[in-house]
Amino acid sequence: MTTSARDEVLDRIRTALGRSGAAAPEPSPVPREYRTSLGRAPGDPVLLDLLVDRLVDYKAEVHRCPPGAVGATVAAALAAHGARRIAAPAGLPAAWLAGADVETVTDGAAPDGGEALSVATLDAVDGVLTGCAVAVAQTGTIVLDSSPVCGRRALTLVPDYHLIVVEAAQVVGSVPEALPRLDAVRPLTWVSGPSATSDIELDRVEGVHGPRTLVVVLVEG
Amino acid sequence: MTTFLGMPGLPVATERGTLRGADTFPVAARKALADTQLRKNLGHATSTIRAKRARVVGELDDWEELRAAGAAIKADVMARLPELLVQLEENVTARGGHVHWARDADEANRIVLDLVRAAGTPDDPVTSVVKVKSMATQEIGLNEALAEAGIAAVETDLAELIVQLSDDTPSHILVPAIHRNRAEIRQIFLDHMPDVDPGLTDEPRVLAMAARAYLRRTFLAARVAVSGANFAIAETGTLAVVESEGNGRMCLTLPQTLVTVMGIEKLLPTWRDLEVFLQLLPRSSTGERMNPYTSMWTGAPKTSGGTSGGTADGAPDGPQEFHLVLLDNGRTATLADEAGRQALHCIRCSACLNVCPVYERTGGHAYGSVYPGPIGAVLTPQLAGMHGHGADAPAGGDPVDTLPYASSLCGACFDACPVRIDIPSMLVHLRAKHVETAQAQRRVPGLPASAENAAMSAAAWVMRDAGRFSLAEKGLQLGRVLARDGRIRSLPPPLSAWTTSRDAPAPPPETFRQWWARTRGDRS
Ligand code: SF4
Repeated sequence: MTTSARDEVLDRIRTALGRSGAAAPEPSPVPREYRTSLGRAPGDPVLLDLLVDRLVDYKAEVHRCPPGAVGATVAAALAAHGARRIAAPAGLPAAWLAGADVETVTDGAAPDGGEALSVATLDAVDGVLTGCAVAVAQTGTIVLDSSPVCGRRALTLVPDYHLIVVEAAQVVGSVPEALPRLDAVRPLTWVSGPSATSDIELDRVEGVHGPRTLVVVLVEG
Repeated sequence: MTTFLGMPGLPVATERGTLRGADTFPVAARKALADTQLRKNLGHATSTIRAKRARVVGELDDWEELRAAGAAIKADVMARLPELLVQLEENVTARGGHVHWARDADEANRIVLDLVRAAGTPDDPVTSVVKVKSMATQEIGLNEALAEAGIAAVETDLAELIVQLSDDTPSHILVPAIHRNRAEIRQIFLDHMPDVDPGLTDEPRVLAMAARAYLRRTFLAARVAVSGANFAIAETGTLAVVESEGNGRMCLTLPQTLVTVMGIEKLLPTWRDLEVFLQLLPRSSTGERMNPYTSMWTGAPKTSGGTSGGTADGAPDGPQEFHLVLLDNGRTATLADEAGRQALHCIRCSACLNVCPVYERTGGHAYGSVYPGPIGAVLTPQLAGMHGHGADAPAGGDPVDTLPYASSLCGACFDACPVRIDIPSMLVHLRAKHVETAQAQRRVPGLPASAENAAMSAAAWVMRDAGRFSLAEKGLQLGRVLARDGRIRSLPPPLSAWTTSRDAPAPPPETFRQWWARTRGDRS
């Protein structure tokens, strides 16, 4: 029986490192003298302004509203887009779509056992509405985590229009502040503006394969 | 023994023509330099990306601290590589994924091919796969290996698609089709894209939308995707792919089977380490604060209520079958050289390409390897081995041997590198090793001493000592006297042997080091 590739590769590594059967070294200390926080609590108005600035810079459409006006703001954004049929994850708060004059198709509506929407269905809707897990002000990033309010990944990928409701308390300053708030083993999608390519003469074109339009409703206060 | 590099018994990469070009660097570079369109495109691309990078790097006042952390994390990864790989394997497997190990390119290709075949049925075999841009799969020549088995690998990154449709090779890590202008791309689409609108214009937006329409049909029907990975977290088993267009999300989400091919060096120990690399990579690479999309997944998310990486409500999320192929292919040989192993710290951001005065003029093809530019000049010789004029070398000498000389040692690559890889020192180290081999081979009866070896020896001897280096720079001033039209076409013996095979650029009136000494050196 020949050695397995696994054993051989591991063996080669030990040989390369000059370690024959010796125990693993302790992890070396990593100097973490970089900034691990922007020093502001989640939802701080300065962070909200920074997030909006970054999102607009990446060509996302942004609307800000107070907590009581989410439904009306979502409705207006969808109407402006001419959206008639909207996909939503099972855990979307009903109030977010209450004011909108659209037909809603809900994905895999457990616990009552609804069907997962087919890719063809997702391809045919006018857009998708979700929440998010966390938003990073400094980089203009919104993270989706497959929780009931975000939905599974295909839901936010196939439709051409994605509207995300971000609540102020979800907005942190920087990447190091976002990671501890995420569960690594959930499928995660970090979104920073609509998809883009610069592959043709470095001319930036927004909207290639992901949703071509990204709309953010930021709920303040 | 196949190469002098690395420990005896640690084999270099298997040769599939993806690391070793046909021409030596000087010969290939001269061809590239004659292409004015290429030089114009490259100049525009590298200067644009350099400016964007400088702007977003300048926004962070802790950039140097991030670089130091990135370098330390990667050094720690190398020191504990066996344990971290096993930890990664355990975590991927625990969450429903499968881990495969590949000693070399051929083995990796065989594994992927078997997995693709297994995803189909006798009545309904899989005949095509969708691919996310990946350096590792380019390195192993996966597309060609699949094609030989009758399986089409469709590249879904716009630039890779352009390269693939035109049967070309990438010229840059980040923007692989940068050597093509919009008119050429329009023609490529008209000639090779099925069902393309004949009225296609050369507007980048119109071209991108034509690719969207073409690829969308492919994505929605694909059963198997093949990707690379930017990072793998040992602590959690999480894989990450960083991208811009959304083709990565499509491939990682829609097909039933996902196969990810990853070099063994791509690991990070902990989830927290992403806080360093998710800041370093996008800013260094595309010059963005963050790239449009980053996907992370752990194992094969199953419908089990949020404990196995699935959604909390139990719906399926993404491929139900996930395979991770861990690739050696010369990496352990690289790891064995203490002075060279830093090349494995590379996160493929391409910042060193964009700041390199040599790369800016020659472009990526001149390096003859899927890894071009400064990092290619140190990584390729280590992965593939430098064979000199020995038994394993192609007739006329090994083109890979010329790569460590494809640099002016100006140091810009080190300054740009987000993980502080000391490329200039490694270049000098590899030159010295090359010369040692050349000398050893010369002592073998029947192998004539070549003028190139002599010149390389002289160069390495000069480079190894700063005092000699500056003396040599003074000598360069003489070169200006010999130059016509900025090129030196012949040098007096013994250097005439060198210029018969290549021109030497006329030395500048003053080298950087001389300028520095004159203007600033007194302060140091
Ligand atoms: S060597 Fe450094 S700068 Fe060059 S591609 Fe790798 S990480 Fe980026």
